[in-house]
Amino acid sequence: MFTSRGCLLLVFMVMLSATLFAQAPGAEPENMFTSNGKLGVVIAVVVTLLVGLFLYLISLDRKISRLEKK
Amino acid sequence: MQKNWWKVLCIILLLYTCTYGFLVPVPDPPGVPLKQTIRNLFFHVPMWIGMMVFFSISVINSIQYLRYLNPKYDIRATEFARTGVVFGLLGLFTGMIWAHFQWGKAWSGDVKQNGAAIAVLMYFAYFVLKGSLQDEEKQARIGAVFNVFAFFMLFPTIWILPRLSESLHPGGMGSEGNPGLNPKDTTNAMRSVMYPAFIGWTLLGVWISTLRIRIKLLSA
Repeated sequence: MFTSRGCLLLVFMVMLSATLFAQAPGAEPENMFTSNGKLGVVIAVVVTLLVGLFLYLISLDRKISRLEKK
Repeated sequence: MQKNWWKVLCIILLLYTCTYGFLVPVPDPPGVPLKQTIRNLFFHVPMWIGMMVFFSISVINSIQYLRYLNPKYDIRATEFARTGVVFGLLGLFTGMIWAHFQWGKAWSGDVKQNGAAIAVLMYFAYFVLKGSLQDEEKQARIGAVFNVFAFFMLFPTIWILPRLSESLHPGGMGSEGNPGLNPKDTTNAMRSVMYPAFIGWTLLGVWISTLRIRIKLLSA
């Protein structure tokens, strides 16, 4: 079961992973993701996980609220 | 929406923890081999803070059940204990990962590790006991009594014994601090992430518990 929000999230995650492939050897641009020993990549992964979990929790919360109204 | 402000707070605090928690400068005092792993303070330690909060809420509801015999309190006590066990297990496993790289062994029989494991097993027993009874009222009543007993076993296992004997954790016999934290290598910058992390992770568990409680109340 894929909701539209779920699809958006999937697209966002795929786009994030593109930053992993974008590194040509020898030429590493210094941006938010690659500075500080590429720690930014880890932060991006953790934030994506968190956002996904929160969206899941919020959708559960809404579903239960709808059931409670019935 | 007014009732949901704390869920928004939970999201904001956890996003802050999981970004600034990696970026905040951490001290690297000589003789302390923790290095960057001290950042686990924002992830591993909040599991225990959360567990203690959930078990406390659980035991309060168990006492309320015994006073008023309203099944609502039993549902609350059970679900908060369940989230507490989940957080406790996550705390144990994250601690084992940390210990593997810091102390050389995932399980070194440290007094704090053993105490925490016993505490979690006590609550396993709570669910085994409840599950073994058929009658719902008996389940609730005996469960509530056991919950009070289990909660008062938490005191020696995670608050008293780790302070009385030598431990690899901070706060053991002859070392400073409490079982979760050594004040000597904690800076104010780290505290600015630590406290939001404690509150954020705890709110996340409260959120999950309330969802489970609402489902249970619906099906009851």
